[in-house]
Amino acid sequence: MTEVAERLSDKETFLDALSKRVEDHAPGWLRQLRDSGARRVETLSFPTHKDEEWRFTDVKPIVRAAFEPSLRPPREAPDPALAAPHRFNLPGWTELVFIDGFFVPGASQLPDADGLRVTSLAETVRTGGALPRTHLDALAGSSGNIFNAMNSACLVDGAVVHAPRGYAGAAPVHLLYITTDRQENGAAHPRNLIVLDETAELTLIESYAGLTDAPYFNNAVTEIVLGDAAVLKRYKVLHEGPRGYHLSSAHVEQHANSVFRSFSAFLGGKIARNELKTRLAGEGADVSLAGLYLAEGDQVIDNATGIEHASPHCTSRIRYKGVLGDTSHAVFSGAVHVHRDAQKTDSNQLNSNLLLSDAAAIDTRPILQIFADDVKCTHGATVGQPPREQIFYFQSRGISEAMARAILTCGFAGEVVDDISVEPLRTRLHDYIYNRYSPQK
Amino acid sequence: MTQAKEPSATDETMTPETTDNAAESHEYTGTRIERSNREIAELANRTYQHGWVTDIEMETVPHGLNEDVIRLISAKKGEPAWLLEWRLKAFRHWQAMTEPRWANVRYPEIDYQAQRYYAAPKRTSKELNSLDEVDRELLNTFEKLGIPLEEQKRLSGVAVDAVFDSVSVATTHQDILARKGIIFCSFSEAVKNHPDLVRHYLGSVVPYTDNFFAALNSAVFSDGSFCYIPKGVRCPMDLSTYFRINAADTGQFERTLIVAEAGAFVNYLEGCTAPMRDENQLHAAVVELVALDNATINYSTVQNWFSGDEQGRGGIFNFVTKRGKCLGRNSRISWTQVETGSAITWKYPSCILQGDNSVGEFYSVALSTNYQQADTGTKMIHLGKNTSSTVISKTISAAHGNNSYRGMIKVMPRAENARNYTQCDSLLIGNQCGAHTFPLIEVRNKTARVEHEASTSKISEDQLFYCKQRGIGPEDAISMVINGFCKEVFDHLPMEFAVEATKLLGVSLEGSVG
Repeated sequence: MTEVAERLSDKETFLDALSKRVEDHAPGWLRQLRDSGARRVETLSFPTHKDEEWRFTDVKPIVRAAFEPSLRPPREAPDPALAAPHRFNLPGWTELVFIDGFFVPGASQLPDADGLRVTSLAETVRTGGALPRTHLDALAGSSGNIFNAMNSACLVDGAVVHAPRGYAGAAPVHLLYITTDRQENGAAHPRNLIVLDETAELTLIESYAGLTDAPYFNNAVTEIVLGDAAVLKRYKVLHEGPRGYHLSSAHVEQHANSVFRSFSAFLGGKIARNELKTRLAGEGADVSLAGLYLAEGDQVIDNATGIEHASPHCTSRIRYKGVLGDTSHAVFSGAVHVHRDAQKTDSNQLNSNLLLSDAAAIDTRPILQIFADDVKCTHGATVGQPPREQIFYFQSRGISEAMARAILTCGFAGEVVDDISVEPLRTRLHDYIYNRYSPQK
Repeated sequence: MTQAKEPSATDETMTPETTDNAAESHEYTGTRIERSNREIAELANRTYQHGWVTDIEMETVPHGLNEDVIRLISAKKGEPAWLLEWRLKAFRHWQAMTEPRWANVRYPEIDYQAQRYYAAPKRTSKELNSLDEVDRELLNTFEKLGIPLEEQKRLSGVAVDAVFDSVSVATTHQDILARKGIIFCSFSEAVKNHPDLVRHYLGSVVPYTDNFFAALNSAVFSDGSFCYIPKGVRCPMDLSTYFRINAADTGQFERTLIVAEAGAFVNYLEGCTAPMRDENQLHAAVVELVALDNATINYSTVQNWFSGDEQGRGGIFNFVTKRGKCLGRNSRISWTQVETGSAITWKYPSCILQGDNSVGEFYSVALSTNYQQADTGTKMIHLGKNTSSTVISKTISAAHGNNSYRGMIKVMPRAENARNYTQCDSLLIGNQCGAHTFPLIEVRNKTARVEHEASTSKISEDQLFYCKQRGIGPEDAISMVINGFCKEVFDHLPMEFAVEATKLLGVSLEGSVG
């Protein structure tokens, strides 16, 4: 693999690296998918500040870096123990562990519930599973995002989760992506496909952890299809290393009366951008996107959420909160688009930010585009610091200013975490927030 | 004061343009009959009231835009060399620019060479000493629009500068204002009589490099108003400029400059109308405001350019750059606008809050009906300490209209304790229209407090039912709700303006519900 020490910055050499990939016995349809991804990489260009959607996030450091796409699993199997601290390891849970972009069966815990199918993408392809063939790139293929196209062009591994009609297992599925220092300047392009058939209910946790201080690049794409009245709770936890770059896109299609609850926590990574695009395709679909981003140092965190109300009687909620320290920079966009016939839409979004330092910067854009008249849409955005009155209140009761700030910050950030229904994850995040902002640190 | 009895200078500027949507509102026919039939028929059949053309001999320049045309305009106006040089610089800069396409509006390509950049009523004598020498036809035009230029009508308590196509026709009340040291005259006069002031402030807020339309305006601007309030003077009356486009295929490019010295105060009103034509006409104005220490400028606009007919034919393309600079400490600039006309509105009155403790305000009602498209909003740039800004935007979309609010709140690193509150609400009437908001908040200082709120809704069934229950018909209920919706903005308009604006909205939306 070392012979493909090509630079991502140069599209041609990236494509060249792909063409030199060793035949992995992929079926024809997959090869076509990869080729079409590669063709899109050829025609699209890397976003600059002139592209409205990427205006505040500079991807030049990613484009310029010499990230090498990982196209084949390493010969030596990684140590499964690496994943242990990030796993939940609870009975009944399904945990799929990916190290440096490839599935590691030895570190994983496969489902024992009836009906639920959770496998790695490579495995599904090998055994001729039909799901990827019908769904891969159905949503992400037309995104116009070059990083999505790069993911399709590589397309090696990831997770395929399929909950059949009526499935209602209580135990969550955890997809864990770990990046180690085994590959210098590596780029992983994990691809996840989550399909819930009619009335299925599932809780999914997608987490990314960086175990290295070296630079690396994760370019993840997740496609989610929710059948009629399906219910998906998805938690994404991002804990990339200090020099890890993370770009990801999740494309969600919701059919009638389906419910999608999303929570994303951004805790680490040098540049992290998460695109979360939901299309409410069926009547009565309900979506809520919540998020928390905690940034410090010179981190850049960009959340681009989009909700397309394509059908009547749908409900959407967006609620993102951010705490920014040092010279960090956060970007939030919430684009709600209500189509002409999407009457009785109820949409609401709120983005609140707490600035802890003078050098921290925030750009927030809550956008509403509305073409239907019988709608109720609101949005709000706030930026500020803990009110002086509140700090004074604490001080008047003998609590130091530093402690008061910590309590208020924890309270601010903790609010969105309270809504997490998976208890072990909620506790983990609360502890994390407390440790991060407590003054005794 | 007697002004209440006199038709105010600005009354007619706000007179409604109406849509003939009677056919669409069949659902409420029954209720409408209960109301005065005649009144409704009158309203429904009323078209844009100011759509007529004055037949007057014009002096124009050839079509097209090149350096010769600019030299010709400058020569016609007898301008000093520095101003011509500035125009040419702007023109050369403009040539290198591309037309902005980021706004949420769609319109056919504008052929800048097919426009005429100067049109003025022909004058018999060189210098006008009194209004008697002004062409009768011109005076009649403004009389018809309700703008009192003649002596006996100058009781309305508003000083007016009337601009007809490319030139200022007359400015009233100049003597009263002169006693206080206030300069209020056409831009051309200001260039002649107060060149130092003009030179000092021209382009200081909107440089010619600012944007495509500002550059175009800087190259070809013809006339406009100039206003200078000296130190500590509170302007004794409201100042007003009335813009009228008359000539065909002529663009109007006026430039307004208002300077309020330390401690000065002024209320400024602006109104505009144009004839009905099938072709689109271009209007690209620049307004610059400068407020020094403790000065206040309140700038109100009622924009009622011809908006095109129900099929979306014709109408004015309104591309305007308006910006105020709160240069001094404790200065205050307030923009209030009621945008009901124009086929396309592209306008973002902004404030640069440079002085410490300065205040910027933006209050807007934008209505788009038929095929009108409005992309309007504001920019508040906080540079000084303790600066605060308020943005209240109300947009109403009806028929096929599309309305966008686009706003930017920027808090720079040195703007300690900056405060912003933004509220933008949209009302949708009918299912073919659209309402969009594109706010952007950029904060670079942790002490900033920025709040943004927006909502979009239609008039709820509950509200209508509540009124109906009390014997109020749907049309009246709707007009009540709309007035309530806009009240916050109308409160900031001078009273006569507010009354007219209320009527204007009521009539423009007549029949668009149901």
